Amino acid sequence: SAYSFSLTTFSRTGKLLQIEYALNAVANGRTSLGIAAKDGVVIATDKKLASSLVDVGNVSKVEAVGEAAGGGSGMVYSGVGPDYRVLVRNARKSAQTYYRQYREPKPISQLVKSTASLMQEYTQSGGVRPFGVSLLMAGLDADGTPKLFQVDPSGAYFGWKATAIGKNYLNAKAFLEKRYQEDMELEDAVHTALLTLREGFEGEMTAHNIEVGVVSKTDGKFRVLTPEQVQDYLDEAT
Amino acid sequence: RMSILEYNGAAIIAMAGKDCVAIAADTRLGVQAQTVACDFRKVFKMNDRLFVGLGGLATDVQTVDQLLKFRQNLYELREERQMSPKVFSNVLSNILYEKRFGPYFIEPIVAGLDENNKPFLSGMDLIGAPVYTDDFVVTGTATGNMYGMCETLYKPDMEPEELFETLSQALLASVDRDALSGWGAVVHIITKDGVTSRELKARQD
Repeated sequence: SAYSFSLTTFSRTGKLLQIEYALNAVANGRTSLGIAAKDGVVIATDKKLASSLVDVGNVSKVEAVGEAAGGGSGMVYSGVGPDYRVLVRNARKSAQTYYRQYREPKPISQLVKSTASLMQEYTQSGGVRPFGVSLLMAGLDADGTPKLFQVDPSGAYFGWKATAIGKNYLNAKAFLEKRYQEDMELEDAVHTALLTLREGFEGEMTAHNIEVGVVSKTDGKFRVLTPEQVQDYLDEAT
Repeated sequence: RMSILEYNGAAIIAMAGKDCVAIAADTRLGVQAQTVACDFRKVFKMNDRLFVGLGGLATDVQTVDQLLKFRQNLYELREERQMSPKVFSNVLSNILYEKRFGPYFIEPIVAGLDENNKPFLSGMDLIGAPVYTDDFVVTGTATGNMYGMCETLYKPDMEPEELFETLSQALLASVDRDALSGWGAVVHIITKDGVTSRELKARQD
């Protein structure tokens, strides 16, 4: 950008208002959540669309990141969709570059650090605004442990056992806090994730207006569940 | 006038044994025919289970050693874990190819134990083309001699003591028929319990 000065500057009280406003954009976004089980991670989001005329197959919110580089990382967001796509692109290229240099998949913790670092740059670089999204990144770390991370517009990141972001996140987190157990298995985690999502859902939740992604310790690959697979889980819940 | 890769002289071999690896190198530093030092290190310990042998132009040997240490340190700080030999080998290959049209004049070999304490060996050319073997790798100015000696003396699954003897004999016999290498040798034996390094009593000519 041609600007040499940052548009994100401190207020008298020490706040960076642009970041606060970005967090507002996130809080108004569709709910997303994730749970790290002992043998895998699940992330899910509300995909409700503006009208029934929208071709739902073209909308993708849960995205795999490290697949082609032998890894199993994925991410989802709450907030401004187009900003998210830039971050997905960046994360994918970062995972591939790592693989070229090291011939090993980029561990999720390293991916999180790179992405967070990029988001921070946009709060200090000339002429740009922060990304209007919070991300939930899920994957297996270098030692094979399933991990879930949240990355905020400021570039701050947190590791979570389970969390929710976007609209209604407080209720969703309270619900998760009650249901989360240390040695939860992935199957249970998926069920709990769906239950949590349904709690704050406006209208009927179906396999076509949510998106779920899963990475399991057994095969180490991140998969976005097909509507049929999601439907199976929904049927089991009733 | 000889090739730039033969300017300083070197002879380095790495061999795999039973749950162990060994790497040995001569210690001559020459300027073409004139010997200038007999204590020049060409094998570098990256950690207790990973060694790299750098044969070729001496200035590049030292520079690449420094670059590798730099990359390894950053990796360990960021990832909070050690670099495995396979990853290290790839980093080295990457560093060399980055200089594809103005390369470092070295032909390295990597020897180490992987996460399961199994031997890892690799060698590559000056632009990073790797080769992975399970028996031995050689590099330097006496490769013809070294290949012959290794092919003859090597057998799989040697215990550390026998590996040491075999590797030492292979190296000594090879450098004695090469004017540019020799003048002393050092051998490192790497097992899961640690590293043993020994200097060989060699012909000083």
